[in-house]
Amino acid sequence: MLIMELFMNLFFNQALANTAIDQVESQSSNFMPPAATEIAQKFDTLYTFLLVISFISSVLVIGGMIYLAYKSRRKTEDQKTAYIAHNATLEFLWSFIPFVFFMIVFAWGWVIFYQMQNAPKDAFEVHVTGQKWYWDFTYKSGKTSSGEFVVPADTNIKLIMTSRDVLHSFFIPAFRIKQDVIPGRFTTLWFRAPKVGEYQVFCTEYCGDNHSAMLAKVKVLPKADFELWLQDNPYKGLSLAQVGQKVYQGRCIACHLTTEKKNIGPGFGGLYGKTREFNEADSLVADEEYIRESILNPNAKIVKGYPKGVMPTFAGQLKENELSGIIEYIKTLKK
Amino acid sequence: MYSTPGKNYLNEASGLWSWLTTKDHKRIGVMYMISVMIFFAIGGAFAMLIRTELFSSGKDIVDAAVYNQFMTFHGAIMVFMVIIPGIPAIFGNFFLPLQLGAKDVAFPRVNLMSWYCLIIGAAISFVSLIYNGADTGWTFYTPYSIGTDNGTLWLVLGAFVMGFSSILTGLNFVVTVHKLRAPGMTFFRMPLFVWSLYATAIIQIIATPVLGITLLLLAAERILGIGVFDPKLGGDPVLFQHFFWFYSHPAVYIMILPAMGVISELITTYSRKVIFGYKAIAFSSLGIAAVSFFVWGHHMFVSGQSSLAGIIFSFLTMLVGVPTAIKTFNWVATLYKGSVKFDSPMLYALGFIFLFTIGGVTGIILAVTALDVHFHDTYFVVAHFHYVMVGGTLMALMGAFFYWLPKMFGKLYYEAGARLSFVFIFLGFNVTFFPQFVLGAMGMPRRYYSYLPEYQLLNRVSTLGAYTIGIGFLIALAVILHSIFKGKPAGKNPWGAKTLEWEADEIPIHENFAVQPVVTGGPYEYR
Amino acid sequence: MSTDNTAVGERHHAHHFNNAEHEFNTSMFGVWCFLLTEILMFGGLFVGYFIFHNLYPDMFAEGASHLDWRYGATNTLVLLMSSFTMVLSIYYARKNNTKMISWCLFITLLCAIAFMGIKYIEYSHKIHEGLLPGELFSYAHAEAANLGLYFSFYFMMTGLHGSHVLVGMGLITWILIRARRGEFNEHYYTPVEGVGLFWHLVDLIWIYLFPLLYLVG
Repeated sequence: MLIMELFMNLFFNQALANTAIDQVESQSSNFMPPAATEIAQKFDTLYTFLLVISFISSVLVIGGMIYLAYKSRRKTEDQKTAYIAHNATLEFLWSFIPFVFFMIVFAWGWVIFYQMQNAPKDAFEVHVTGQKWYWDFTYKSGKTSSGEFVVPADTNIKLIMTSRDVLHSFFIPAFRIKQDVIPGRFTTLWFRAPKVGEYQVFCTEYCGDNHSAMLAKVKVLPKADFELWLQDNPYKGLSLAQVGQKVYQGRCIACHLTTEKKNIGPGFGGLYGKTREFNEADSLVADEEYIRESILNPNAKIVKGYPKGVMPTFAGQLKENELSGIIEYIKTLKK
Repeated sequence: MYSTPGKNYLNEASGLWSWLTTKDHKRIGVMYMISVMIFFAIGGAFAMLIRTELFSSGKDIVDAAVYNQFMTFHGAIMVFMVIIPGIPAIFGNFFLPLQLGAKDVAFPRVNLMSWYCLIIGAAISFVSLIYNGADTGWTFYTPYSIGTDNGTLWLVLGAFVMGFSSILTGLNFVVTVHKLRAPGMTFFRMPLFVWSLYATAIIQIIATPVLGITLLLLAAERILGIGVFDPKLGGDPVLFQHFFWFYSHPAVYIMILPAMGVISELITTYSRKVIFGYKAIAFSSLGIAAVSFFVWGHHMFVSGQSSLAGIIFSFLTMLVGVPTAIKTFNWVATLYKGSVKFDSPMLYALGFIFLFTIGGVTGIILAVTALDVHFHDTYFVVAHFHYVMVGGTLMALMGAFFYWLPKMFGKLYYEAGARLSFVFIFLGFNVTFFPQFVLGAMGMPRRYYSYLPEYQLLNRVSTLGAYTIGIGFLIALAVILHSIFKGKPAGKNPWGAKTLEWEADEIPIHENFAVQPVVTGGPYEYR
Repeated sequence: MSTDNTAVGERHHAHHFNNAEHEFNTSMFGVWCFLLTEILMFGGLFVGYFIFHNLYPDMFAEGASHLDWRYGATNTLVLLMSSFTMVLSIYYARKNNTKMISWCLFITLLCAIAFMGIKYIEYSHKIHEGLLPGELFSYAHAEAANLGLYFSFYFMMTGLHGSHVLVGMGLITWILIRARRGEFNEHYYTPVEGVGLFWHLVDLIWIYLFPLLYLVG
């Protein structure tokens, strides 16, 4: 056991010391991100147990193999070998002992899995929607947020999730939870984060070009701050362009750069006032109405060099001030 | 009565046409060998491109859309064209009849047809490159695969046709094992390689048709919009996953069981010792094959299937672990008091046990429902299945190459070169994939074109490891080619092995044996 | 150098078999294995059918009401008849009655053509009314929102079955030609037996398809 700890600490430090993880709590010795929920800690206990067992059994098998192979290496060409065809006791033991271990970890995993799958009844519910390539969060008060999942600390949070297009998967490594998000169906997930902090969200079901940019952050706030946030108008005191910038960061950033460069879609830098060439329509100069149409009905005009049908419509998802905000924000972006 | 002195299967007829129309299982095996090596080179090139792109976070060489095609083609080629046909179609075709003392497989014409199915299927798959490629990943998950705008349909149809290749090979092997054994060759005198191929063939026959209908439905979905997997039309996208994994999980045993068979041969030959627990190994092959049909749901713990299903699948997966562990212990026990020679096939076999053990224990970690929730679709899974598929199957394939080359072409290979290839592949492999376990534990999802900056160091290590593997395979290729064209004559039985194929001529004749062999004992009687 | 089909006396077996009987047994074993793969392939469709039938029983009942059971029943009888003549042809092969083998196979072929003719009438009727799979569905008076899904199953299942009938017709034509040449007798009738087994499977699958598609609800 001690050797195991030593080995893992050694490797862990070497592997991570040079990387830029600003996770202070990463003192655990199992390569995992810090465990930020109770379930995550239970997960880590089971995982560490299995890691130790795995390490010991691997050392026994591999070490045994190397030892036996070396010890019985061929010394003379006509060396006699023992004729040992089987040994019932040995064979029973090495079938039975693994079986017992497998059953232990199976049952142990079942217990934790059960807790992961069953949300407490009184949980605070949030609707989560996945779409290529961002996450939307809708609270019961009607407040929406994109890319940033704000939740109160030390509260049971239940996520009711669906997708507008293809399969996605909602994964928070620090909480050790994950669930596929399916179009035409609701799936759920729950967690309770005791501490204030910010945690990474990934999409883990392959969903196309920008799968790896479909990110979000879970922001755990103290309960009182969360209540304020929930009632707060997110755009209070912001200029229209700043509103646009906020919307951009939640929804557009996965596909559009703020420079002129091409990503999945055209870059926004210097877009306003530029002459656009289309596949099917006449060219025109990008003005407010053009940008508005491109957001609400993206397949109406496809700029040359881009495929059709990649961008989803945002009709019904953006309020008027958000639309105007994006347009004003694009105006501020130069080449 | 058939053989003419100086004639063997290689020189009994000449010209390309004589090869393309051959019904000789040995020639078909050689044709499979050449095609699989070409496919492996293509799939390997895609792997190198993937790792190069992942050298740093963000763009290195290509855009995300192109990267996703690399990832898709690497997976599809390696699975459908390399690992599935690999050992059964090359070495199974060549050596199954020889090891049984038969003159050929049961249906030689069907055997040739299966090679054409593979080639035609592969050609159709590559057509998709003309139509803007395919970017679904080799798993073709719906509804993404229904909507994505490119040549996915061709890849799907190609995989469908290649499925027939697999079915026909399996069918041939089952019938051959049942009906064409030499006099005295009882089931329990069959070499363990034959046992593993027999178990594999059963899976091929039962599971592959389900893949066929699944891909057919997916193709109909793309052509006609039938809606069975499309939520917009009232269908169920998760049903596709059930169908797909009903085939594709047993398919991983199609990939690994023949490799296990090869290891049993190598360990006994190079230890000059009877296998420990012959029946345990034989029955564990069948056991794995049987249970493999009931574990597909462990790919779907977080897919939205019911918790109860998750629990049951987790339990059954644990049951598969037992026979797999038994085999490993048996191989290690066989070494005890043996006479171990560290020729390169043996090094590959020991390397197999090393890597497969790590792949196996991480498999148990993934089989635990709660743990899989975190590890599912992360690099931990990528590392795990590469440890099993590459560390397992490909190591066995390389071992089999060097072990059986002397019988296939009558030539010895250059031992030092082969050992060097092992060192590069083995070390490179660990450098590539061990860091991926850590990346997965840290949370990096798979199929990511770009990643958070904190994952960069380990990704770079992994990329350098991949280049090392690449060099290893190039060395191995050079050694194999050198052996075929410039190697020294091997003699009938250079390793002193006991199975029947080594009693055939240095290069076997068309009918395999001049005189019908009669079997009087087990396959590993080193006394 | 020996090849397949080396005739040793009146017997007829390839070089890797001990004798004709050995070859016959082996071939039949292979055919059974192949039939197993066919069953599993259709099995996938049946599983899909049952899952969706469970989800939307009313929709499936509505879909079935658009099919005319009389066509289905006629086709069932036609296929049963063809299976019977197929069995007879094997019987006559064992009796060395070359003429009757050909006649029986010919009637089998006629039945298959009749089956495909009736399928053609049914298909054109459906296409005319817009009772088509999924996206192509354009029938105006549907009650269930996803009735197209029923017709997805209808066309996939009968389509795959129909393509098997076509393959079967090809195979029957092939053995019919060989029978006319007098190649089959009590010592050698492997292809007749093999094609016969395949044809029975095609028949059997239809016997399941008929109630599931026409009589459900």
